[in-house]
Amino acid sequence: MAKFNLTINGKSQTVDVDPSTPILWVLRDHLDLVGTKYGCGVAACGACTILMNGNAIRSCVTPVSAAEGAKITTIEGLSENGDHPVQKAWLEHDVPQCGYCQAGQIMSAVALLESNPNPSDADIDNAMNGNICRCGTYVRIKKAIKTAAKS
Amino acid sequence: MTIVKTKLNRRSFLKASALAGGGMMLSFSWLAGCKPSPKEVALGLPDEWFELNSYIKIGENGAISLMSPNPEFGSNVKTSMPMILADELDVDWKNVFVEQADFYPERYDRQFTGGSQGIRQGWKPLRTAGATARLMLVQAAAQTWDVSPNEITTEAGMIHHKGSGKKAGYGEMASLAATLPVPEEVELKATKDFSIIGTSRKNVDAGKIVTGKPLFTMDFKKEGMLIAMVALPPAFGMKVKSFNAESVKSMPGIKDVFSFEVHKEDYEQNMFDTTTHPELIAIVGNSTWEVLQAKRQLQVDWEKAPERKFVMSGWGGNKSTVRVPAGLESTDGHLAKMEEYSKKPGNILRRDGDPESAFKKASKILERSYNAPYLAHNCMEPVNCYAHVTADHAEVYGPIQAPESIMNALTHRLGLPKDKIQINLARMGGGFGQRAYGHHMVEAAVISQKMGAPVKMMYTREDDMSYGIYRPTYTATYRAALDENNNLLAFHVKAGGIPESPIYPNRFPAGAIDNYLAESWLIESNITIGAFRAPRSNFMAAAEQAFLDELAEIMGKDPIDFRLELLERAKNNPVGSNNDYDPERYAGVLKLVREKSDWDNPKPVVHRGVSAYFCHNSYVAEVIDLRLEGNKPVVENVFAAADCGIVINPDAAINMGEGAIVDGIGNAFFGELTFKDGVPQKNNFTNYRMIRMPEAPKKVEIHFAKNEHDPTGLGEPFFPPVFAAVSNALYKATGRRFYQQPFMKELESGITTM
Repeated sequence: MAKFNLTINGKSQTVDVDPSTPILWVLRDHLDLVGTKYGCGVAACGACTILMNGNAIRSCVTPVSAAEGAKITTIEGLSENGDHPVQKAWLEHDVPQCGYCQAGQIMSAVALLESNPNPSDADIDNAMNGNICRCGTYVRIKKAIKTAAKS
Repeated sequence: MTIVKTKLNRRSFLKASALAGGGMMLSFSWLAGCKPSPKEVALGLPDEWFELNSYIKIGENGAISLMSPNPEFGSNVKTSMPMILADELDVDWKNVFVEQADFYPERYDRQFTGGSQGIRQGWKPLRTAGATARLMLVQAAAQTWDVSPNEITTEAGMIHHKGSGKKAGYGEMASLAATLPVPEEVELKATKDFSIIGTSRKNVDAGKIVTGKPLFTMDFKKEGMLIAMVALPPAFGMKVKSFNAESVKSMPGIKDVFSFEVHKEDYEQNMFDTTTHPELIAIVGNSTWEVLQAKRQLQVDWEKAPERKFVMSGWGGNKSTVRVPAGLESTDGHLAKMEEYSKKPGNILRRDGDPESAFKKASKILERSYNAPYLAHNCMEPVNCYAHVTADHAEVYGPIQAPESIMNALTHRLGLPKDKIQINLARMGGGFGQRAYGHHMVEAAVISQKMGAPVKMMYTREDDMSYGIYRPTYTATYRAALDENNNLLAFHVKAGGIPESPIYPNRFPAGAIDNYLAESWLIESNITIGAFRAPRSNFMAAAEQAFLDELAEIMGKDPIDFRLELLERAKNNPVGSNNDYDPERYAGVLKLVREKSDWDNPKPVVHRGVSAYFCHNSYVAEVIDLRLEGNKPVVENVFAAADCGIVINPDAAINMGEGAIVDGIGNAFFGELTFKDGVPQKNNFTNYRMIRMPEAPKKVEIHFAKNEHDPTGLGEPFFPPVFAAVSNALYKATGRRFYQQPFMKELESGITTM
């Protein structure tokens, strides 16, 4: 066990965990931030996507030791009232079906738009390729990203 | 306007307070850890709720709380079912709160999400519950104002009496209405008077989903809760021999490691009790990562499992003994066996005319075999369940489509009566049929009982994908007999699988052909199977609709014209009387998709395939436009036409259609699970290929037939036609027919001609 000082959603947090613990489980088990989801544990589905210094990363394979000093943003920290442009676009297009993968989808979309405010279809395909939606809401996700890009 | 007796719906008028339901009292509360949404803040919580029936509570301030009875797995019943209640109740949707009902069979009709039956079977009870509550409010106002109820009208949660100019909100009349006797009969609205049904309303949970609020069992947490995982045998046909419990128990944060029986030996299973492995090893500890580490250190000696038998209690008390064979099975062996069985005479399920003679005198016979592999459901939320079992009570909270079915297993295994077992319904991170099977609820409960503590049990992705309950592997052989003028003389389908036959003998084209034969066969296996989005239909549609396409070509007919001719025959002069489908509605979706896709004016840049199917009481026809970039298929457009009667929530219905089409395209191209010596050859998304955004169609257009038929299912019917629409389009693109799913394998291995 070791102590780690983390900055999550703008707040300083200290956790005492095994250094190999993936950030995913620190968020979910130790900090009660359960919006970030477990889907595969091997960075193959994107359900656990969070932002680290603005980049989309898979929190299921990133150990907590790599997060010290970094700025972490989870779905809970995206906006105070659920009104981030990407969240609003998701609501406008009524994207979710089961909803389990959507936090990861939204975080990948946010990272994309921060680095590329006007993505082409190919840019969107490329950036979202790591996020599986078993319900198949890809058509709406793409529309929502385009709507968010306009706002 | 229809007048209905409320009697059928009587159970929904049981008041919660009148029931001794050990902890089952339903109460309106904010989800733990959730802030109320802006809408909830604006509307305000009432000081008191008045319950009019088990679905409807009205606050003195006019707030409306509606219970959604069925478990939600993404088909949006949590929005559409309350919409039906709200329309008949005649309230403004913006004043409605929706709550998920827990499993409570004394108060709700069918709490089962599956078979695309939620809306179809909920339609009348929900309308009746809404209309009855509305009438009770009207009667309360009539009493208060001393006027006839016939002179009172309602609109959007307001009660009006034109003669006196009096008006009141529902909230003002709710306390009196809740004490009135339930009327014997009520009037339901005429279709033209619907104000909520048929209008698009947003998913009631979307706000919570996009902000990451805890909605799923996986997100559930309780004081003192332990985390449990299980170790599964690495292969079907293997079982536990011994394991190193002691060394794993000493690892940090680990509380216990033990093996357990899922069911007791004398348990008579029902169809949703499917249990792949009768014995599992549990690893229990404080945190997920600690338990995961311990699970990785667990060393188990596995051994081959002998044949076993269990008793299955079927419908209507018909018991049967199910044999689970021993052995370590492989896909190669499956394919060889299926080929062998498909050549032997099968079990005749339907025979019209004299198909044997017709085949003998045919001048041409088209015979084709189709094959599809096992599929894993791969719900994004892996199998998991929370349970807290004490000496005299059990609380189980988990993703489950069929809570009623798992109650028997829980009561038998835990030794508790049903009224001491509380099943709470979580939003499911996908279901697709897999979550109808509740083995995980029993497993979590057994672990909690043993630990004497609340436990959340979760499978890893690898466990989830390796557990079984798969879509079976199937083979179908179709034959058609033609005369010298290419007239269709006879039709023969023989289909089977491991371990079930997919065939529906009374579906199209049965009823449209004089000489018709349907046969089935099956092969036993120890690889467990389960319902998978449109069970059996998802394969039969793929095979049949590809065969009809090839047959139409040989007969020199347009594939849509050919189907319409057969349907015309089935309508005007049906063969046999036991045909499952309505030929007119079936033809209707084909005509609609022909129009919407502009089928008669094909675009030269894309290759088109058409397919149509009837299942789960609904009709869907689809046209897919694709092109190839090398061997990579690019799906440009999908046009779908559906007839599911009245559409409750059109935009959500379109979302469901889009999703099922994407799901179908993914499984048609990539879906496959193979086995070697009993070991599933794929166990995570690194090797099990799922459709991803770049492979999704560029455009999907969904159209609904407009009629006033009572609504029927939607979650499944869009899925089965996709497969053949894909393979028929691939034929146009490559000049080759595709008989083996997944198509990508053949596409990548073969040489394309165009």
